[in-house]
Amino acid sequence: MSTNEFMIRMENVNKWYGDFHVLKDVNLNVKKGEKVVICGPSGSGKSTTIRCLNHLEKFQQGKIFIGETELIEDVKIVRHIRSKVGMVFQHFNLFPHLSVLENLVIAPTWVHKKPRKEAIETAMYYLDRVKISDQANKYPNQLSGGQQQRVAVARCLCFNPEIMLFDEPTSALDPEMVSEVLDVMVELADEGITMICVTHEMGFAKKVADRVIFMDGGQIIEENEPHTFFEQPESDRLKLFLDQILSH
Amino acid sequence: MAIYDIKEAKPAPINNRGLVFWLRKNLFSDIKNSLLSLFCIYFLFITVPPALDWLIFSATWSGSQEDIVKDGARWIFIIEKFDQFIYGFYPENLHWRPLFVAALTVAFVASVKLLNNIKLKIVIILLYPFVSIVFIHGGLFGLETVETNKWGGLMLTVIVAAVGIIASFPIGILLALGRQSNMPIVKTLCVGFIEFVRGVPLITILFMASVVLPLFFHDGIDFDKLLRALIGITLFQAAYIAEVVRGGLQAIPKGQYEASESLGLSYWQGMILIILPQALKISIPNLVGSFISLFKDTTLVLIIGLFDILAMVTLTNSDSNWLGYEVEGYVFVTFIYWIFCFSMSQYSKSVERRFNTELK
Repeated sequence: MSTNEFMIRMENVNKWYGDFHVLKDVNLNVKKGEKVVICGPSGSGKSTTIRCLNHLEKFQQGKIFIGETELIEDVKIVRHIRSKVGMVFQHFNLFPHLSVLENLVIAPTWVHKKPRKEAIETAMYYLDRVKISDQANKYPNQLSGGQQQRVAVARCLCFNPEIMLFDEPTSALDPEMVSEVLDVMVELADEGITMICVTHEMGFAKKVADRVIFMDGGQIIEENEPHTFFEQPESDRLKLFLDQILSH
Repeated sequence: MAIYDIKEAKPAPINNRGLVFWLRKNLFSDIKNSLLSLFCIYFLFITVPPALDWLIFSATWSGSQEDIVKDGARWIFIIEKFDQFIYGFYPENLHWRPLFVAALTVAFVASVKLLNNIKLKIVIILLYPFVSIVFIHGGLFGLETVETNKWGGLMLTVIVAAVGIIASFPIGILLALGRQSNMPIVKTLCVGFIEFVRGVPLITILFMASVVLPLFFHDGIDFDKLLRALIGITLFQAAYIAEVVRGGLQAIPKGQYEASESLGLSYWQGMILIILPQALKISIPNLVGSFISLFKDTTLVLIIGLFDILAMVTLTNSDSNWLGYEVEGYVFVTFIYWIFCFSMSQYSKSVERRFNTELK
C-alpha cells in the first residue's frame, strides 16, 4: 500500500513523563478525509496522542508523519505542520483580550501572511458558517460556552487546515450547548476534512466516525468501525468502559 | 403536580436608599461603630480647620518678607524660588527650552493617541526623545549647550523618572521572558541579574555608578554623571519590572500558550500578540506601583550630587536672605510629589478600564 494515501501516520510512538510511560507503541494511520473518534477513560493517553500530532507534546520514540512531512523537533517544520493542523480545545482557549473577529484574523495575517482585508472576509464567512457572525465584535467572555467553542472551530477553519483535531470539545459545556457544537462538527465532517476527535459523545461517534478507537493505559486496545465497536466489543476493558458510559 | 405562572420583575423596595439610611447603615449601625464615627469626626474637626487656616486663609500669598503680618504659610518663599525649584541651575534666559519640551511632551502624547497613521506615529515616537534631548541639552543647531550639572529641580526629577520608567520597561519585559526561558544560559543570566539587583539598595547602585564605575575608565574619558545615574536607575528598575511582569506571565493560563502555538504563531508573535498584552494588563496595578515608587526614589540622586526638586528646597533654605522657610518648602515638594504620583495612579485606573475585556 502506498504510504501517501495516509494523512497522518504514527509509528510506534512512545512517550514518558519522567518515568511514567504515557504512550506505549501507539500506531495510528489516518487516511485523507477519514473521521476518527478516540475514546477511553481519563488518563488513557488519548489527549496526549492527538497533542503529539501538532507537537504540543513531545514524544521520545517513534515517528509521526503529517502528509509527507516527518514531525521532528525543528522550529520551521513544527510551524509548517501547525499551519496545516487545526486544534479545538476543551476549554476553547480563545484570546480574551481580542474581539471574536480579531481571534479569527490573527493566524491568517501573521502566520499565513494574508492581507488583512482578505482575512477579515474569510473570518466573516466562517463566522457565518458557525452562525455567529452577529457577535463578531464582541469579546469572547461575552459569549456562552457553546458560542465560544464555535468561534474556536471557526478560528481554525480560517487558515484552511487539512486536519482538524478536537480535544474533548464538548466536555466543558453546559448540557444544552453540546448539540450546537456537535452540529458544527457534523457539518464539518460532511465536507471531507480529516478529523480526529477525542470525545465521549457516542452519538456523534456513531453518526460521523469512520473508525472508533479505544485507548487505555497509554495504548490502543481496540479499533473498529462504529457499529461493530459499540455492538460487538471484543476486549473486556472496552465492554466495561461502554457499560460505564452507557449504563444511565 | 403543579404549573406556576411566570412572574414579572418588580422594583426593589425604596427604604434602602437615601442619606439618612446611608448614615445609619454605614456610620451609626451600632454603639461601637457610632463611637468610632464620632471619634473620627472629632479628629477631623481638630486637625482640618487649623491646617486649612495655615495653608490658605492665614497664608501670605504676595508681597515681600517685610509685609508678612499673618501667621500662616508664607508662600512668597515658593513664589520667589519657584524657578529654582523647577529648573535648578539651568540658565535663566534659557528656561523656555525645558518649558518648550514640556509642551512638546503634551503634544507628543496627544498626537500618539489621536493619530491613526502608524508610520507617522513611529516617526514621531522616534523623533520625540531626540528633539527633547537637543532642546534641553543644546549643542546642536546653534542652541547653547547646557551641561547636565546645571540641570536640576523638578525638571531633573521628571527626566530621571521618565527615562527610568521608559527605558526600564522593555528591558524588564525581556528579563522576565528570559527568566522563563528554556535556554539555561539565558535563564541563569536573567535570574542572576534580577536577584543581584533586587538584593542591593538603589543608593548602592547609584554610588557604584558615580564612584566605582569611573575607576574602570581611563583618565580623560568623562562619562556624564547624570547618564551614569540614569543607567543605574534604569537597570535597577528593570529588575523590579521583570518580577512584576513575571507575575503577570504566570497568571496566563497554559491554554493561551497552547492555542497560540497550535495556530502556528512563532514564539515572539505569540508573546507580542497574545501573551504579553494579557500579562501586562494584569500587571498594570503593580507596574504603576513600581513606577510611583521609582518616581519617589529618584530623589536619591541627591547623594551623588544631582539636585532634584527636594535637594533644591534644602539648598534654597540655606539662602541667608530666606532662612526659616523649610516648612513651606517641604509642604510644596510634598504637594508636587503627590500631584505626580496621584496622576499616575489615576491614569493607571483609566488604562485598566480601557483594556478591560473580561467583564461585560
